[in-house]
Amino acid sequence: MPDFDFAQPTSLNEALELFAADGEVRALVGGTDIVDQLKTGRRNADMVVDLKRIPELQRLEIEADGLHIGAARSLTDIAEFPVVLSDYKGLADSSVLVGSWQIQNRAGIGGNVCNAAPSGDTIPALLSHETSAIVASSSGRREIALSDFFAGPGQTVLQKDEILVELVLPPIPDDSASSYLRFIPRNEMDIAVVGAGSFLHLGSDGAVQKARIALASVAPTPVRARAAEGVLEGNVLSDELIETAAVAAVEAATPISDVRGSAEYRRELVKVLTRRTLGISRDRIVG
Amino acid sequence: MKHISITVNGDQHELLVEANWTLLETLRDHLRLTGTKEGCSNGNCGACTVMVNGRTANSCLVLAAEMDGNEITTIEGIASQGKLNPVQEAFIKDGALQCGFCTPGFIISATALLQRNPDPSEEEIRTRLAGNLCRCTGYDKIVMAVEDAAAMLRT
Ligand SMILES: Cc1cc2nc3c(=O)[nH]c(=O)nc-3n(C[C@H](O)[C@H](O)[C@H](O)COP(=O)(O)OP(=O)(O)OC[C@H]3O[C@@H](n4cnc5c(N)ncnc54)[C@H](O)[C@@H]3O)c2cc1C
Ligand code: FES
Ligand code: FES
Repeated sequence: MPDFDFAQPTSLNEALELFAADGEVRALVGGTDIVDQLKTGRRNADMVVDLKRIPELQRLEIEADGLHIGAARSLTDIAEFPVVLSDYKGLADSSVLVGSWQIQNRAGIGGNVCNAAPSGDTIPALLSHETSAIVASSSGRREIALSDFFAGPGQTVLQKDEILVELVLPPIPDDSASSYLRFIPRNEMDIAVVGAGSFLHLGSDGAVQKARIALASVAPTPVRARAAEGVLEGNVLSDELIETAAVAAVEAATPISDVRGSAEYRRELVKVLTRRTLGISRDRIVG
Repeated sequence: MKHISITVNGDQHELLVEANWTLLETLRDHLRLTGTKEGCSNGNCGACTVMVNGRTANSCLVLAAEMDGNEITTIEGIASQGKLNPVQEAFIKDGALQCGFCTPGFIISATALLQRNPDPSEEEIRTRLAGNLCRCTGYDKIVMAVEDAAAMLRT
């Protein structure tokens, strides 16, 4: 690995000062992406900053405005957190799909988000829950809707001196649920050929009050399937409606052909996985 | 160089490490604990699995500099006072290894699994060990050994 400086700040302010410096300053949380990227030269760094010891980045708690998850909090902790298991099931589904147990023990949710892979598994689950990203630099804080956070494969809208502090998932209403699933050719340890997450909120009349669908590995960034959401909202949920939405979800996909699958195959998978994730979210509401 | 203070298998070490040393190379090349193996170097094979504060990690993806103040357990720390742990015994009894290169990593992962759940289903064993690859055994004997170790631990 090329040489770099290393810092392990214990407060957010200390970290933000390091990011304000010149040169290539890289955050490290679990290191499960960045260490290999540094070894193979896909990313370079003058300074690597380990963010795990900053208390604010380890938060995992419910507040009036929703679930706050610090960027450094491990996927294992998130997947085992009772509120995630009861109210944010799509996030639990996706956290235990990332790599292996060893990876989940170290990887932070902020690492999965900031690595900005089109295939990042937690991202569709977070998008379906309308997550906000709280980011900070030495000159202040701002809140960014996660749907505006990604700029391309491996790229985010973060400025050079900014880091992701935490993610906030709004509280969920009664009669709502989420789910995430992906297709890979084996059972574990592979990245998504396609991933699909959904959130559904049903009214007392059985009509869909809110639908959120997000897809991985079908575009340069994870994307919302807005046309499919429009098909669902205001209508009574039925198998036929889910099928129509699944077909509409394909509109959001601009997939490439690569070793994992052709573009045509991916479009077919979008349909199948959207249908299934909506079915699972519905079943979870009905209980 | 950065100064770190770590506990490895119960022994305290004060070390000077370069920022770009992985935990794996620090254990193998500097502490001479060569039981932890290097396979892929990129998080896929699990041969380098160790425990950091009781949780498994791929030591090839961890920087030694991150480890200040942490407790690390390697395969050398799994047996206690010359007595094999039940997972090690079961691997021998069931013939759950051939070349043995993957074995230290599997034993660490299986030990961590049994600490968390003393009675895992076959499915849970296979899922929790999915980050450990074996090119020789076909996995069935490894799963059997973990089931047997679990039974030993429960009695
Ligand atoms: C064998 C293997 C299998 C994998 N399988 C999957 C999979 O199935 N699904 C999947 O989605 N991913 C997978 N990954 C990729 C990786 O494990 C995940 O993306 C993981 O969530 C990264 O988290 P981390 O904390 O380790 O990130 P790190 O490597 O620490 O960081 C990742 C990137 O984000 C930046 N960053 C981190 N935190 C911040 C912050 N707070 N502010 C600004 N920038 C930040 C870093 O600088 C770096 O560029 C796999 C990786 C390996 C090695
Ligand atoms: S050497 Fe670390 S996972 Fe293969
Ligand atoms: S026994 Fe040879 S790799 Fe597992």
